[in-house]
Amino acid sequence: MSATRRVGVLLALLALALLALPYVASSYVLSVATLILFFAFTGQAWNVMMGFAGQLSLGHSLYVGLAAYASAGLFFHYGVGPWAGLWLGMLICVAAGAAIGFLAFRFGISGVYFALLTIAFAEFTRIGFDHIAWLGGPGGLFIRVEQRDSIDLLNLRGTPEMFYYVMLAFVAGAFALCAGLLRSRAGYYWQAIRENEEAAQALGINTFRWKMLAVMISAAMTSLAGVFFAFYYNNLFPEQIFHISRSIEIILGPIIGGIGTLFGPILGAALLTILADGITELLAALGWEFPGVKQVFYGVVLLTVIMFLPHGVWPALARRLGLGHKAPEPTQGRAAPSDDASSGKS
Amino acid sequence: MSWDLVVNVSIAGVLTGLVYGLMALGLSVIFGVVRVVNFAHGEMMTIAMYAAVVLFATFRLDPFLAVLPVAAAFFVLGYALQSGLINPFITRPEHSQFMLLLAVAIIMVNGLLVAFGPGARNVIVDYQLESWALGPLLFDKARAYAAGMAIATSALLFAFFRFTLTGKAIRACADNYLGAKVVGLNVKRYYALTFGLGSACVAVAGCMMILLVDVTPTLGPAYTLLAFVIVIVGGLGSMGGALLGGVLIGLSEALAGLFITPSAKSMFSFALLILVLLFRPQGLLGRKI
Repeated sequence: MSATRRVGVLLALLALALLALPYVASSYVLSVATLILFFAFTGQAWNVMMGFAGQLSLGHSLYVGLAAYASAGLFFHYGVGPWAGLWLGMLICVAAGAAIGFLAFRFGISGVYFALLTIAFAEFTRIGFDHIAWLGGPGGLFIRVEQRDSIDLLNLRGTPEMFYYVMLAFVAGAFALCAGLLRSRAGYYWQAIRENEEAAQALGINTFRWKMLAVMISAAMTSLAGVFFAFYYNNLFPEQIFHISRSIEIILGPIIGGIGTLFGPILGAALLTILADGITELLAALGWEFPGVKQVFYGVVLLTVIMFLPHGVWPALARRLGLGHKAPEPTQGRAAPSDDASSGKS
Repeated sequence: MSWDLVVNVSIAGVLTGLVYGLMALGLSVIFGVVRVVNFAHGEMMTIAMYAAVVLFATFRLDPFLAVLPVAAAFFVLGYALQSGLINPFITRPEHSQFMLLLAVAIIMVNGLLVAFGPGARNVIVDYQLESWALGPLLFDKARAYAAGMAIATSALLFAFFRFTLTGKAIRACADNYLGAKVVGLNVKRYYALTFGLGSACVAVAGCMMILLVDVTPTLGPAYTLLAFVIVIVGGLGSMGGALLGGVLIGLSEALAGLFITPSAKSMFSFALLILVLLFRPQGLLGRKI
């Protein structure tokens, strides 16, 4: 079997298993699976910016939060359904992404400085939302929970199975979109920019425009996750949704799974979520349930993975499976640390 | 609002800001030489604060005396961290370094949580409640001592880099990696030395900070962000810039708490950060890049 055929078979099997899951899984497993899909989706969205175009964002919670608050606010105050609210959320997110991207790329900010700029915008917004009384402020915004046995897809009210399938559809859509993007003109331009921005520019690529496109697509995709988050959890707190730890959760999956790959974000989200739950179970069995023990284990595993699998799990696994995956990892490392490629050529 | 209240709040803000500055100085020195952003910086700060708490609780050791053992221990810790974990990562991409230090930070925060629980800890010494009055102006004694210590430590570090041979060697590594290697400097050892020195700065800042605020394990990430804001505002890699940034942020936090609302105080720090990044990305005192 050729590598492409094998990938196809793998995808088909995975899709089948995921479609059948709600019929066999307990409600606990289903909730874990929904969480995995959520992080697979946000990871895929983040990967467009970092994995494809090489722009490190540490503030993706901004887009999740803005879209969540936009759709939940419209629903709460005016009864506007989430699918209509999504457009507003997406518009706000794309505008925010475009604003950040415009400011950063126009002023020549990249690398660590760009990452810190994204953190700054997310934190600024988090504190700002604490002071917006119309959206509940620090006390939170709550969506009324209705009967969970009827399915109302239009208002995104329904059973856990419905939420699972909605998220699965998002993940499938994101996968297809990313697969298409990677093979499109934009995808090749992005990869050229990621590998060497100056060389890409010398070849006549308008790097500003294509980097902007990456940020805007990534923000638009993430806005879907925000709407889902608002209506799945039915409560929003600025402290939680905009917090930097949520941004970190989003990026852990693709980094562990394999940056710049299509399967990496999905595999990484699954591994990390199962790992976190596995550690919880293990500690419960050992009777070591002090606060913090779980996260220490989690940190140790992260450390080990990043030390020994620098390109993530998927490229190594794909080689093992004979999927002929050439890891297209970003190689923006420096030959010499004095050769600073990070900032401000204004 | 009375005039002397504003001035007194400003004085307290500037004094606290100097301690912030010392913390950020550690980050700035590490970045300036090793070119790795220490995402576990605030977590190291909280560990130093807990170390001071423990030394005070067991030996009644005043935080000003605790500075010596804690700084020495942190120097060793930082040296080991750089030579054991970070040196293999210096040629890896930025997101890889970020993940490494993030994992270290997660382990540190939650290690503290396991060891000390989520409750707040502090030290209580008699001079914390005393102050000098200069007409209508009040100088909080603990704050003034802490600021003095921050200035003294910074001066010491500055002199070390300026006048000692080792300091010159470290600056050579920062200026030109390849050149430093060519003239026979063991660059990785100097990197480890630098990380040790940066960690010692954090240790001193932590011992001082515990005189001013209570510590909880979750304070770490907040201090990391604070240190980032300060060094970017002052100029990443610039030593004077770190202190200036610290004073500016300390002042803006104090005044925002007074005039607007304490919960919005870090919003102004982040707004300042965004403005500086956009209009002077090298920071106020940073060299033109």
